[in-house]
Amino acid sequence: MLMNLRAAYGEALLALAGENKNVVALDADLCGSTQSVVVEKNYPERYFEMGIGEQNMISVAAGLALTGKIPFAHSFSVFATGRPFDQIRQSVCLPNLNVKIVGSSCGLSDFGDGATHQSFEDLATMRVLPHMTVLCPADGIEVKWAVRAAAAIDGPVYIRLNRNDLPVLFDEKTSFEIGKPLVVKEGNDVALVCTGTMTSIALDAAALLEQQGISARVVHLGTIKPLCGKSLREALGNVRGIVSCEEHTIYGGLGSAVAEALCEAPLPMKMVGIQDRYGQSAVCYEELLECYGLTKEAVAKAAEALLKK
Amino acid sequence: MNQETVSAMKEKARAVRLGIIDALGVDKRGHLGGSMSCADIVAALYFHKMRHDPKNRFMADRDRFIMSKGHSVLAQYAALAEAGYFPRETLLKTKTLGSILQGHPERETPGVEANTGSLGQGLSIGVGMALAGRLDKLNYRTWVVLGDGELAEGQVWEAVTAAAAFKLDNLTAIVDMNGIQAVGRTCDRYNLGNIRGKFDAFGWKTFEIDGHDMAQVLQALDDASEVRGAPSAIIAGTVKGKGVSFAENTPAYHNNLLTKEQQEAARREIMAM
Ligand SMILES: Cc1ncc(C[n+]2csc(CCOP(=O)(O)OP(=O)(O)O)c2C)c(N)n1
Ligand SMILES: [Mg+2]
Repeated sequence: MLMNLRAAYGEALLALAGENKNVVALDADLCGSTQSVVVEKNYPERYFEMGIGEQNMISVAAGLALTGKIPFAHSFSVFATGRPFDQIRQSVCLPNLNVKIVGSSCGLSDFGDGATHQSFEDLATMRVLPHMTVLCPADGIEVKWAVRAAAAIDGPVYIRLNRNDLPVLFDEKTSFEIGKPLVVKEGNDVALVCTGTMTSIALDAAALLEQQGISARVVHLGTIKPLCGKSLREALGNVRGIVSCEEHTIYGGLGSAVAEALCEAPLPMKMVGIQDRYGQSAVCYEELLECYGLTKEAVAKAAEALLKK
Repeated sequence: MNQETVSAMKEKARAVRLGIIDALGVDKRGHLGGSMSCADIVAALYFHKMRHDPKNRFMADRDRFIMSKGHSVLAQYAALAEAGYFPRETLLKTKTLGSILQGHPERETPGVEANTGSLGQGLSIGVGMALAGRLDKLNYRTWVVLGDGELAEGQVWEAVTAAAAFKLDNLTAIVDMNGIQAVGRTCDRYNLGNIRGKFDAFGWKTFEIDGHDMAQVLQALDDASEVRGAPSAIIAGTVKGKGVSFAENTPAYHNNLLTKEQQEAARREIMAM
C-alpha cells in the first residue's frame, strides 16, 4: 500500500491545529504543495502567508514562539533550511525557541525542477545546530507521528518530507520515539541503517541479499538528531558491518551521524548516498534515484562488498 | 518606434512562445504562466536590444541577461534556440536527464549567464556584473527579469539599494507584473503595494509599460538605456500565461502540464495572435 507523505502531513497538521489553538502555520508561497493550506482553509486566522520571503518567515516564527505560539514554518526543504540558515541559527536555535520547520519536497523528489530545488544538504545543516531535533520519516504513518512528536517538544524541530507516494511500512501500533532506532527487519550479517525514502529501498535490498544468503538487518532512524550511540549499538545486534542509506549527501547526513555515534567502537561501514554532487532535472523520480545510485541494487552491492572485505 | 521593427519583434515573440510550448512538452509539469508573460520582453531583448552573438558567446562587451525568476527559463531557452545558441530540437529535451536544458538556468547552457532558481538572487548577481563592467570600462548593460511574487524576497531590496548606492546606470531591472505568484494572486496572498513607487523611493529611474505592447516594450528598453546616474526599472504589466487562453490569468498554470489536445490548442492560439 502507498501513502502520500504530503497528504499525511496535511492530515496530521490539521488535526493538531484543531486540538491546540497555539498552533499556527506560516508558508512562503508554497502552501498548496507543503499542505499548510489545510490551516489556511480551516483556521484562516492562524495561517500567515509570508510571501516568497523565507528569511523573514523564520524570524517571524521566532517572534510568534516568543509569545507562546507553536509556529510551523513551511517551504521546500531547500528553501526552508538553506535560505534562512542564519535566521534558524540566530533567531531560533540559539535561544532554543519552539519553532517547527517543515521542509517539503526533500532530496530528489522534486525531480523536474532540478538542482536548485533538490535538497541533499539539509540533514547536515540542521543537524549541526545545538538544540535542533531532526526528523526524517519513512512513511505516512511516521509523518503523522512526527507532527505530534514535534509539537510535544518545547524547542526547534526540523521535519524533512518527501513529496511522493511511498510504501506504508508502519502501523498505528509502531512505537516511535524521538531518538529511538527502529529495527524494521531482523538480520545478523549486515545492518542497513537508513532514513526517509531509503528505508523502503533498504527493505527491498535486504530481500535481494537474503536471496544470496546474506542476512541483512534493517534499522530505520526516523530521528537523525538526537542520536544515542548506546541505543543504536543495541539496535545493531551482532552484525559485522553497516551500510548507511540516505537520500542526502554522504557528507554530514545520516551516515556521518552514525559514524560519529559509533566512533569509539566502530564497525566496518559503507555509505550509500549522494556522492558530493548537485541534482538535476529528470522526467521521473525513479530515474534520478537510479542515476544517483539510490536503488536496492546499489544498497545490496554495497553490503556484499562490505562483507567481502 | 519603427513599425517594421515592431512587426518583426512580434514574430520573434511568437517564435519564443512556440518554443516555450515545445520545451514544456506534453503531460509534464512546467512553468508555463511566467514564461509566457515575459515572452515579449525576452524576445525584444534578444532580437532587438541586446548586443550578443551566438558565434562569439564570450565577447567581453556582450550585454548580460539574467532570468532572476529562474522558473521562467523556458522563455529564455526558446529565445536562445531561435538566436542559434543551440538547435531548436534541443528544446524538446528540456528537463530530461542529462539535458543541457535544466529546470532552472545553469551556466552550462550556451547563452545562460548565471544560475538562478532560488528566487531573489538575480538582481544582486546583476549588480555584480554591472560593477565589473564599470571597473573594466566596458559599455555593456545588464538586464535582469524579476517576478512580482519574487519581489517579496528581502534580498531583492538589498540589491535595489546597492544599485542605487553605486549609481549603476548600466543595470536595468524588468519586473514581470503578472499579478500572480505560485499559490494565487499577489494582491490576495502577499500584497507589496506600489512597486513603482518603491523603486522610485530607492532612487531608481522607472518606466511603466504594457509588457505585451511590443512598441512600448521596445521604447522602454531604449529609454532605460539612456538613463544616466541611476539604475533603471521597467515595470511591465503582463498577463500570466499570455497567448494561451485557458492558462491566461490562471494561478493553476503557474506550474502545470498540457495534454496533447491542449498543446495543439495552445499552438493554434499562438499562431493566431
Ligand atoms: C527562494 C525560493 N522560494 C520559493 C520558490 C518556489 N517558487 C518558484 S516560482 C514561485 C512563484 C513565483 O512567482 P513570481 O515571482 O510572481 O513569478 P511568475 O509569476 O512570473 O511566474 C515560487 C514560490 C523558489 N523558486 N525560490
Ligand atoms: Mg508573478
